[in-house]
Amino acid sequence: MSAKNKIGIVVGAVLILVWCLLPVAWIISLSFKSQAAITNGSPGFFPSEGGGAGWQNYRDVLADDQFLRAILNSIGISLIATLLSVIIATLAAYAVARLEFTGKKFVLTLALVIAMFPVVSLVGPLFDMWRTFGIYDTWPGLIIPYMSFTLPLAIWTLSAFFREIPWEMEQAAQVDGATSWQAFRKVIVPLAAPGVFTAAILTFFFAWNDFVFGISLTSTENARPIPAALSFFVGSDPFNRPASLLAAGAVVSTIPIIVIVLLFQRKIVAGLTSGAVKG
Amino acid sequence: MSTTVAPDDKREVRKANKVAASDRSKAENNLGMKLVAPAIFLMLLVTAFPMLRALYLSLFDYSLTSPEEREFLGLANYWTALTDPLFWETTLNTVFIMVVTVAFELVIGFAFAMVMHRVIFARGIIRTSILIPYGIITVVSGFAWQFAFSNNNGFVNAWLPFVEDGFNWFGQYGSAMAAIMVSEIWKTTPFMSLLLLAGLAQVSEDMLEAAKVDGATWWQRLWKVILPNMRSAIMVAVLFRALDAYRIFDNIYVMTAGAQGTESISFLTYRQVIEQFQLGIGSALSVLLFISVLIIAFLIVKIFRVDLASARQEG
Repeated sequence: MSAKNKIGIVVGAVLILVWCLLPVAWIISLSFKSQAAITNGSPGFFPSEGGGAGWQNYRDVLADDQFLRAILNSIGISLIATLLSVIIATLAAYAVARLEFTGKKFVLTLALVIAMFPVVSLVGPLFDMWRTFGIYDTWPGLIIPYMSFTLPLAIWTLSAFFREIPWEMEQAAQVDGATSWQAFRKVIVPLAAPGVFTAAILTFFFAWNDFVFGISLTSTENARPIPAALSFFVGSDPFNRPASLLAAGAVVSTIPIIVIVLLFQRKIVAGLTSGAVKG
Repeated sequence: MSTTVAPDDKREVRKANKVAASDRSKAENNLGMKLVAPAIFLMLLVTAFPMLRALYLSLFDYSLTSPEEREFLGLANYWTALTDPLFWETTLNTVFIMVVTVAFELVIGFAFAMVMHRVIFARGIIRTSILIPYGIITVVSGFAWQFAFSNNNGFVNAWLPFVEDGFNWFGQYGSAMAAIMVSEIWKTTPFMSLLLLAGLAQVSEDMLEAAKVDGATWWQRLWKVILPNMRSAIMVAVLFRALDAYRIFDNIYVMTAGAQGTESISFLTYRQVIEQFQLGIGSALSVLLFISVLIIAFLIVKIFRVDLASARQEG
């Protein structure tokens, strides 16, 4: 590689880092500005002199019952939706990757169509249906839509993973004297686990990120997830929000995502690309 | 690849033995259908059923504030929607956002992918950071950019030399749309670049080397070797992102709430159904939104000849 190329790549890498981290740094910086400074206007990236608030915004946010409740809702709803969705997707993906059966094409086409579905167009009828079923503004009222919308992603990612598994090894183990359960558990499960785990992370991201269902299918803090709660944090005037407080809330709600990304970066990249490009 | 050949062989053998092993294949068929049943049930429950219900409700004058006055209208709601300039305004906005953001994302995402493909140092750090915009809640990124563009609290005016310090980005249509699109592009470019990176990894180094030996310039190698070989990856990425961009809602809700004519078609539908409880006309809009997504998907697949089936089988 020539020196010119090397410089180009270093510059490119720095640009990528700035691109990805600038808004994150900005919102962290905002969360340390005092609310007084924000109200009086404090343009600029860093808190100006005397405009810093230290950890006060964080203390205020964490003392807010509605915010804590929303975080709890989000964690609970996302985890349950992820767990159930991954179990169901694993069954389906196993069938798609391993078995011949009628309706295989239908599953994949349905998953594809749902992945492209304009979520908002379902909100009206779901709003109506959930009220009839009595699950409007409850955890299941959000878990069910999240599950069905994360299933396509999970099925695609998992079936891509499962197709790479050398299933013959299962039979080989049986020939060597293992029972079929042992063969499945000792040979296939360890090979499939990373894929299942990746699908779980992507599913969790989706559920954690959802906004449309969150604001339409909830009306109180019973089930309202964190993105919806953040958007309702103060009144309806979108031009005058307590920016610093919101920023602190945003940082808190982003921490789980950052932790997951830091821990499982490799798996997420593999899952995203195998699910979408290779199928 | 041996892994892909083996199952195919098996399938062939299976087909050949179909008559002999009909019991076995019947059992397999049964098991397969049982295993996918829960997934199909759930997906249909939340999509097909509500969609049919929307189709039905769209034929009525139906407001949740006065449900007893529900009245059959036939296709009148569609007529109302399609003759309303607001419908076309929001549709045009949405198409505009879709085209601009996907174009930017494609170019920037490709540049990022090229860098990530070649970079040797700090690979882990770059890949970790690129997942952060992908993982962050869209609402949060909407806030971050709204405050960044704010003339009261932001840094954009201070950093951009050609913008006056007191400039109000959200005061008029053009700049408000620009701010919305910046937020959208920031958030989803990393996803695009990861897909393109996977496509880039499939371009053979040997071919590039051969082109280099033959004296092809960097530009020629890009257009004649790299891009044609990642065609399917690019098209799948464009298709997914375009449909995703067409659904834009979160950023607009947070950043302008539809002010200055920045409403999208999703936002209009949401307002009718959830804020104004107009289930009849709202359902008609839902159906129209769904149809336009189908049209866009169809156009992209036709124009670019995306072969999703073959893209899938390659795995």
